[in-house]
Amino acid sequence: MIGNGILKGLAETARNFFGSYVSKDRLTTVQYPEQHIPQIEATRDFPFLVYDGADWESGMRCVACQICEKECPPKCILITKSTDKKPDAVGKPQFYPAVFDIDISVCMSCQICVEVCPFDAIKMDVQFDLPTDDRFGGLLLDRHKLAKSNEYYHQIHPTEATAVDTALAAERAKAAAAKAAAATPKPAAPAAPAPAAPKPASSTATPAPAPVAPMPVKPAEPPIKPLASESSKPGETK
Amino acid sequence: MIAAALTTQDVDQIFVLIKHALLACVPAALQPIASAVLSIIPILVAFPLLFAITTVLERKGLGRMQNRYGPNRVGPAGFFQPIADGIKSLTKEDVVPLSADHAVHFLAPILLVIAAFLGYAVLPIGRNMVLVNLNAGVLFFFAVGSVVELSVFMAGWSSRSKYSLLGAMRAIAQMISYEVPLVLASVVVIMQAGSLSLVTIVESQSGYTGIFPHWYLFTPWGIAGFILFMIAATAESNRSPFDLPEGESEIIAGYFIEYSGFKFALFFLAEYLGMFATSSLAITLFLGGWAAPLSFLTFIPSYVWFFLKLLVLICFFIWIRGTLPRLRMDQLMGFAWKFILPMALLNIFVAGLWRFLPAGPLNSIRWLVCIGVLAAPCIVLSFSLKQKKKLLVRTYHFAE
Repeated sequence: MIGNGILKGLAETARNFFGSYVSKDRLTTVQYPEQHIPQIEATRDFPFLVYDGADWESGMRCVACQICEKECPPKCILITKSTDKKPDAVGKPQFYPAVFDIDISVCMSCQICVEVCPFDAIKMDVQFDLPTDDRFGGLLLDRHKLAKSNEYYHQIHPTEATAVDTALAAERAKAAAAKAAAATPKPAAPAAPAPAAPKPASSTATPAPAPVAPMPVKPAEPPIKPLASESSKPGETK
Repeated sequence: MIAAALTTQDVDQIFVLIKHALLACVPAALQPIASAVLSIIPILVAFPLLFAITTVLERKGLGRMQNRYGPNRVGPAGFFQPIADGIKSLTKEDVVPLSADHAVHFLAPILLVIAAFLGYAVLPIGRNMVLVNLNAGVLFFFAVGSVVELSVFMAGWSSRSKYSLLGAMRAIAQMISYEVPLVLASVVVIMQAGSLSLVTIVESQSGYTGIFPHWYLFTPWGIAGFILFMIAATAESNRSPFDLPEGESEIIAGYFIEYSGFKFALFFLAEYLGMFATSSLAITLFLGGWAAPLSFLTFIPSYVWFFLKLLVLICFFIWIRGTLPRLRMDQLMGFAWKFILPMALLNIFVAGLWRFLPAGPLNSIRWLVCIGVLAAPCIVLSFSLKQKKKLLVRTYHFAE
């Protein structure tokens, strides 16, 4: 029949029109400010700086090596290296970033800074709704705004953070063992092959990095433990 | 007290009574001018208001047809969206191209809106509610309607942009092509009513058989004329599926691409006003104007019926827009000249046939004859115009 297609089309749109009032499944729109799509674990938006322990300034992993600044394709990172050294979370004196700014209006979220960082100090955040009425100052994040705790990192990327912690713990244990072996070759030798076991450390009580203060973010406790206890060990040996 | 004293007739005539009461306060010398002003103001208020309601209805309706929400942020369920849009278009910068013909560029939207409003002068919105009862009302309506083409051309040409020129070219070609069937489709009503006055046409459709009204829609030539008229009206008001002049994918916004801010809003307004005007004309010609659709519903005021009918037609326009894709230029022209125009001419012949065939006991035979005369050429035309696909074997000369 002539006009059959038009009638079919009209029926289809009418079905959509009334159906959208009846079944909510038809409406796939997410009403954004009120609703959010649950983010997948691999979500990444803008970088942040990880710190260990409770204090963001002393616990910052960044040692101002400026590799990320040099590698950043859109040049959105500005780092000024400190002139003095301060003890890091482990207790070892390190340079620290006197200034660490990221202009997130320039950042293209490429994650290259994360990939080049040898200290696992910079990671990708999942925070994407960062609106501000100050388009210059409000989008230029300084090191205080960028600093987020390791617990927060565990919360947003649990798998990745656990892997990083394990690797860091292993590295530090290895370094500590090597140092101990160099200092007193005989007794420390058997302890050296033990890779990431934080057992010896637990016996030596540590004063400096106290148990993590309750953060606003819910800490994923178990992966944190080895690092905290591990970090105490080199501190003692130092 | 007052509400109790009002009869249904008073409610029906309330605007007319208010106008007379106000006119009595004016000195006799000024009464003609005051009368005109008092009649024009409601038109200038009601139809832009209807435009605002239509934009939000259209956006919400189209959204629902595509399984979306549509605007739902401003006010309750998004119904204050037009206010936000209005404020936005008023505060926007008015950009005029450097090489544009500034005077013509400025005048085009104004002329368009004036032309769109002029058509309402002869439309009866309710019983005794018509601005001017011209005895050549239909003629006036179409004459004013073609000023729209002039302003579209002014806008397209003065912008000095290839897109607006192409859009204007398309728009004018389309409007002129579809104006012919639009007029021819309404000729049947003029033949039957014997008058060009829209008030007389509405009166000739008044009266009921049982509970059913004597609308021209309920005759074979009436229903064919109505369908042809509505198709031509859709094309005339540049609405989907005939929205080639502003085809977003090819020429962005057509003839008003170089307009921004409030001038753009004026184009938008004029387009909708044109749509309301042709819909109102369709109501007046075929759907009994302001008359109630069933005899026992006459207690509802006439202007309410008029606007209800108009809303139904607007909703149908929105429904069509949500359903059909845009036509191609050759399809558009072919449809106008090869199908709509012959059918409109045939419809005039059928209206004459209906007039001279005997009514009464042979009424059903009259119906059958008229429908047959209309349907047979319609089927023949639509099948013969169907493009046959010519599938050729494609050879690639350089592939071997």
